[in-house]
Amino acid sequence: MLHTLTITQAHAKLKKKDISSEELVRACIDRTEAVDKSINAIVHRSFDRALLEAKKIDEQGVTSHPLCGIPYFAKDVYCEEGVPTTACSNILRNKNYCPPFDSTTTKRLKAAGAISLGKTNTDEFTMGASTETSCYGVTRNPWDTTRVAGGSSGGSAAAVAADEAFFALATDTGGSIRQPAGYCGMTGIRPTYGRTSRYGVMSMASSLDTIGPICKNIEDLAIVLQAIAGKDTMDGTTSDTAVPDYHATLKNGVKGMKIGLPKEYFIDGMNSEVEGAVREAAKALVSLGATMHEISLPHTKYATPCYYVLCPCEVSSNMARYDGVRYGHTVENPADLLDYYVRVRSEGFGPEVKRRIMIGTYALSAGYFDAYYRQAQKIRTLIKQDFMEAYKKVDVIISPVSPTPAFKVGAHENDPVAMYLEDVFLDGQVMAGIPALSVNCGFSNDQLPIGLQIMGPQWGEETVLRAAYAYEQATEWHKQKPSL
Amino acid sequence: MTQLSADQVRHIAKLARLQISDSEVETYAKNLTAILGYIDQLQEVDTSGVEPTAQVTGTTNMLRSDEICTEKIPPESLLGCSALPINDDQIETPSAHG
Repeated sequence: MLHTLTITQAHAKLKKKDISSEELVRACIDRTEAVDKSINAIVHRSFDRALLEAKKIDEQGVTSHPLCGIPYFAKDVYCEEGVPTTACSNILRNKNYCPPFDSTTTKRLKAAGAISLGKTNTDEFTMGASTETSCYGVTRNPWDTTRVAGGSSGGSAAAVAADEAFFALATDTGGSIRQPAGYCGMTGIRPTYGRTSRYGVMSMASSLDTIGPICKNIEDLAIVLQAIAGKDTMDGTTSDTAVPDYHATLKNGVKGMKIGLPKEYFIDGMNSEVEGAVREAAKALVSLGATMHEISLPHTKYATPCYYVLCPCEVSSNMARYDGVRYGHTVENPADLLDYYVRVRSEGFGPEVKRRIMIGTYALSAGYFDAYYRQAQKIRTLIKQDFMEAYKKVDVIISPVSPTPAFKVGAHENDPVAMYLEDVFLDGQVMAGIPALSVNCGFSNDQLPIGLQIMGPQWGEETVLRAAYAYEQATEWHKQKPSL
Repeated sequence: MTQLSADQVRHIAKLARLQISDSEVETYAKNLTAILGYIDQLQEVDTSGVEPTAQVTGTTNMLRSDEICTEKIPPESLLGCSALPINDDQIETPSAHG
């Protein structure tokens, strides 16, 4: 049962030489082969390569780094040299794109001794909230396989929940780490914009994209974030703000911590099980010594519509590079270059990507720029100011991750706006560029996990992790496992 | 509310270098109109005097030291990713003039 260990537990056993890295890798491979057919979390397997690396690490002797010899999966948008990376899109899958370079994040993990097992399923180019737009088919929720695992990092969240690896890399542009982590009962963090490097990770919306992990518990989350955070000369938007030692303060508790409950996130008609679980979590934090304060974030209702202007505009620019020239899908006998571009893109992209490209193209076209993109950027300023005002009064803010527990596969078919509303609690943080994580705070009557969101000010990951750790230690939710 | 016609959808698709078949055009018109209807609520916010945010953390120019990068990816492995013919280290695309 090695696959059920946490990173911290596995590291302790490696250090004592009770187990080898090869055994850990084999345990994850066996587990994946046994259960992945029921959830479809994994889209590329690098198992032979992982076993070779594990043997090498075992021969060299495991170092003191807590990730040395620990296997993980990365979302299918993280470039790794020689490993298929397709963004779960036919435009890259049809030619089985294998990048000739590594992302900064997988490179940093490799330097720490972590071992990549392959790639996880995602909505096509991370555009979605259910992993249903993947060209490899939907990822199913390990807690109930008739339901989605969330998205876009549904594969990463489901893989960790099913114990297929000790952690997984994911990306969060408009909730794509927090929502699937919440739906699968795992924990995931969207760091401050620029805390982690985007180099070598396929872009969706460059002013909003962030890189972060999904883990089994908060202590592991702090370990992985520590290993990947910090300035990178290959990504000019990363900051040289010092990365604190997250572990040093993780266990300091929440005594005296001021926690805000934004009234705009607790709305009439919201799911009573979700509201109940989050309010219980607030009580638990108070019993640990924190104080609770009602706050207001007045522009909350505009965060999601704002996101669905900025995101598609940036998508329409970023997707322009997929033209069939340098990589990806190709077509035979084009009439001319324009015909080639049009056919490559029309065959290669799926419907949600096409929708976003077209909305973005429309919003950025002559005469509409000020009304859409510029207006959304101004509202982004107002949303950011709301949070900055709030953080003068409180240290962290809590809310639900999602309005409901995981929904049924196909529930939002052909209704893109209903799918966009999945993000209502997750886009304000994106607009403000602040860190936010999800941690399990209970289960619905149907035994589906419910996520608690904890958000901090920019660069405040340390405080967010500390609050989440105190809460997690006081509860038993994170110890429950789905039966697969 | 903004209502997109089938012709407008075809025009936007053309600008985006996409081709939408006749059988798809109605669905896209319906979906895109619904999305525009949803984002139209941004127009009700008074943003006079508000500066737009493009870079959310306030990071400006990040300078690096002027050193030659030695970890270059070899040109042949980048060119090797293309499905098109390679001539003299260049990708041969279809002609722009047919």
